[in-house]
Amino acid sequence: MTPLLSVQGISKRYGTHIGCTDVSFDLYPGEVMGIVGESGSGKSTLLNCMAGHLTPDGGQVIFDTRTDGPRDTLTMSEPERRMLGRTDWAFVHQHARDGLRMGVSAGGNVGERLMAVGERHYGDIRDKATDWLGRVEIDASRVDDRPTTFSGGMQQRLQIARNLVTGPRLVFMDEPTGGLDVSVQARLLDLLRGLVRDMGLSAIIVTHDLAVVRLLADRLMVMKSGRVVEAGLTDQVLDDPQHAYSQLLVSSVLQV
Amino acid sequence: MIDLRNVSKTFTLHNQGSAVIEVINDVSFAVAPGECVSLTGASGAGKSTLMRMIYGNYLTQAGEIRIGDVDLVQAAPREVIALRREVLGYVSQFLRVVPRVPTLDVVAEPLRAVGGTEQDAQARAKVLLTQLNIPQRLWSLSPTTFSGGEQQRVNIARGFAHPYPAMLLDEPTASLDAANREVVLSLIEDAKARGAAIIGIFHDEAARARVCDSEIDVSRFTPGVAA
Amino acid sequence: MTEYNFAYLDEQTKRMIRRAILKGLAIPGYQVPFASREMPMPYGWGTGGVQVSAAVLTPEDTFKVIDQGADDTTNAVSIRTFFERTAGVNTTTTTSDASVIQTRHRIPEEPLSAGQILVYQVPIPEPLRFLEPRESETRKMHSLEEYGLMHVKLYEDISHHGHIATSYAYPVKVEGRYVMDPSPIPKFDNPKLGDMAAVQLFGAGREQRIYALPPYTQVVSLDFDDHPFEASKAGHPCGMCGAIDSYLDELIIDDAGGRMFVCSDTDYCEARQAAGHMGKDNGGKDAA
Repeated sequence: MTPLLSVQGISKRYGTHIGCTDVSFDLYPGEVMGIVGESGSGKSTLLNCMAGHLTPDGGQVIFDTRTDGPRDTLTMSEPERRMLGRTDWAFVHQHARDGLRMGVSAGGNVGERLMAVGERHYGDIRDKATDWLGRVEIDASRVDDRPTTFSGGMQQRLQIARNLVTGPRLVFMDEPTGGLDVSVQARLLDLLRGLVRDMGLSAIIVTHDLAVVRLLADRLMVMKSGRVVEAGLTDQVLDDPQHAYSQLLVSSVLQV
Repeated sequence: MIDLRNVSKTFTLHNQGSAVIEVINDVSFAVAPGECVSLTGASGAGKSTLMRMIYGNYLTQAGEIRIGDVDLVQAAPREVIALRREVLGYVSQFLRVVPRVPTLDVVAEPLRAVGGTEQDAQARAKVLLTQLNIPQRLWSLSPTTFSGGEQQRVNIARGFAHPYPAMLLDEPTASLDAANREVVLSLIEDAKARGAAIIGIFHDEAARARVCDSEIDVSRFTPGVAA
Repeated sequence: MTEYNFAYLDEQTKRMIRRAILKGLAIPGYQVPFASREMPMPYGWGTGGVQVSAAVLTPEDTFKVIDQGADDTTNAVSIRTFFERTAGVNTTTTTSDASVIQTRHRIPEEPLSAGQILVYQVPIPEPLRFLEPRESETRKMHSLEEYGLMHVKLYEDISHHGHIATSYAYPVKVEGRYVMDPSPIPKFDNPKLGDMAAVQLFGAGREQRIYALPPYTQVVSLDFDDHPFEASKAGHPCGMCGAIDSYLDELIIDDAGGRMFVCSDTDYCEARQAAGHMGKDNGGKDAA
């Protein structure tokens, strides 16, 4: 079986400071990988390197493309990489306003990716947008409202709909439940689980919330000082951590 | 179906002076299809630890744990995930679910995960919930709000939704009344009859005597206790 | 005439602007940066158009300036006078007599012919600006032909108004490649942009951009399959000349809410009246 994403030896420095160093792993179709670690551990740097937002100093990010099979996205031309970003890849930001166009209606936000890949039938675009609002539990009557009128949880769900409407195969998520109320988090987690299962999505989720990875991620990487110190099955890493830092991390949080 | 050879485990507590605790030492036994083996021993003997190792929840340092033709000790995470989805079921003592998901979906989820349609999965979930006497008015609610006994029964329904060829049962009859205990025991008997290999922990001696074919005294393999 | 170089700008500046114009003509619809000069008029008064006109004018040219179609507004009069004084060229208000026409917000009704140059004054050359404020990003979108966002704007129009309500500065795609802002002309004029015999040059002074359409360029107004582009106008004949095919201004003529519709292209309207066509507010024989 070919991995959907194969990350090999990714390193990123900021001057003399290490962002992340020598990170390698394979992600298979349908898998959800969690990346945990404290602030500054390099998890967001790694995510941004993989998603093409940052250029790593070394390494490869090989994605199994639909048309040409495995390709290193770091050596792809920029148009190809941006096309991936609109089609097979999705990125869910921690702050919904970073991932949404706040001056554009909910329907326009969801429809943008469709129009970006060439859809030119208003009725079809609107129908799909409305369908997706339903799937993320936003009432269809809100389709023409701007996200500025939405609650934080709704904005985050709208961001997810906007990302998933073109049926991506890989979703990068940066603290997708950060800053949301606990009850809203639960709803979002349930939604994401259902979407991952029903669409066969693969996902990489960066978070510092161990409860989130326990419920969403099949596999877990623990990062410290830019390095992966432990990786394995999520429940195994959380219930029987092997590395000193993982043990500290797990024992430091309230029971999850 | 389940085959343990020379299995050992230690815990290393890096943050407590790097204390090394040997918990399981050199366990070997096998469970055939249709067989049920009980793990016994005093509290703290390592029954749950061994069961968690067999589920891959705890990392095993040495030996082989074969479930079908997969060695859990060596398997890549995705192989373990596939194994748990299709082959190896686990009924723990605690129900761990996303807070607001309805009970019916919680029970149906294992079947959805192996590709069952929503309709079929829910139909099976309804049968199990009915068998285990969870009132229908609770099905649309999240089990996180239920009583301990109700949560336990939801957990069992979920564990028996998919016909796993290998099953691990951690105190499945604890805190159940006589009627529900009877339902659970018959579910176990049905699973054995269809050829499931089962490892269980039962404090309930009568239950153990009824469904288990043999017993393994785990304290024989726990250095701390034996010493 | 000795006080200024011909057409105000020095020859080096004109060379620089001509290079930008030639590049623009070579890549239709592409925004070419140029070193816009300070002009003796404020930004927003057509400094971009004036610099382009200055660069293309020759002493033999006949120059016409229109503002919203009219030759007699302050803006049109001052720019016309500017080139009379700095270039000494002949000026005219007759569309067919002009070899260079500088315009703000309109394309003349009378079809232009080969050899004529139409110079547009452009306030904001970037059609993606209001959706994506980052210039670095819009440039990338142009270079990679990522124009989905342009349709988001039209989508928003339809979802809020039931139809595409954008009525001026309506975005077009040039030769299937660059999306271009045709300057704030009414969308009624959009069909004239394509396949035109004259050269069309666009100058944005404050934004320092020049772009161009060579003769007979394909220009397509963006739309949706189920909401096709429509070149709309007020559904009236001209009150003065009775024309039914021209773009109209609505004039309020008394305090009782009385109003009349007249051609915005004053030269076109006057020529029709001179030929004997009269609208209902002007003798009325030719009411249709």
